[in-house]
Amino acid sequence: MIGLQPNDMRTAARRVRGLGAARSGTRDFWHQRVTSVAGIPLTVALIVIVIALLGRSHAAVVQILGSPFVAIIMLLFILNSAYHMWIGMQEIILDYVHDDKYKFLSLMMNTFFVIAVGLACAFAILKLSFGV
Amino acid sequence: MSELKAGSTTGPRSRPLSPHLQIYRPMLTMMMSVAHRVTGAALYFGILLLAWWLVAAATGPNAYAYVEWFMGTLIGRVVLFGYTFALLHHLLGGIRHLIWDTLHGLEPAERELLTVATLVGSISLTLVVWIVGYLAMGGPR
Repeated sequence: MIGLQPNDMRTAARRVRGLGAARSGTRDFWHQRVTSVAGIPLTVALIVIVIALLGRSHAAVVQILGSPFVAIIMLLFILNSAYHMWIGMQEIILDYVHDDKYKFLSLMMNTFFVIAVGLACAFAILKLSFGV
Repeated sequence: MSELKAGSTTGPRSRPLSPHLQIYRPMLTMMMSVAHRVTGAALYFGILLLAWWLVAAATGPNAYAYVEWFMGTLIGRVVLFGYTFALLHHLLGGIRHLIWDTLHGLEPAERELLTVATLVGSISLTLVVWIVGYLAMGGPR
């Protein structure tokens, strides 16, 4: 249970007010705005990078993707998008899945998916950068 | 008083329900709100394309050649085109929502304009990105 301490003098309503279905208050709402603002230039940068790499040889792609500036932009895009899509999918799940069992199961799957795909992308970029 | 007696006294009284989606006439702003969520969900799984591309590039020339081959097929092109559109639609829709978050552009004419601009803008930008992409590659292959 949330905030149930032996000496908690707050009323039940006070303890839960503003926490919402995911028990996290307005934090997710705000972080979704922060990541969406960051996502504007990063998405434009991603599109430019992908277009610049179209039709190039594997060696050229590895060299460009692994160069520090491009790699840092790509990592920022990946990390920012991962957090943004984690919040977004959580919001969709909370809207449509009301049964606690399925709700927390799908919230867990959301976390697993985002971490797995985010880490895969980040690892690939780091490997290209460090050239191992 | 007679109305109060009309309800069941054994179970909880049925509460009034707020109107839900099916009671409203579909409007453009509403459909675009739905589209924002749909494109967001599509991009959620669409990032697997980016992951596949990056991991293949990190794996080696053969894995990368396979991704290139798939993206060159008709299905690959359609998926990539859809991804481009979803990305740009969600980008412009996100900017629209950020504008609305600042309490600007909420008047009837303004919000319709912003909504139409999102739709027209995302379709146009998708075409521009693909034309630039083909030009960068030296024509369609």
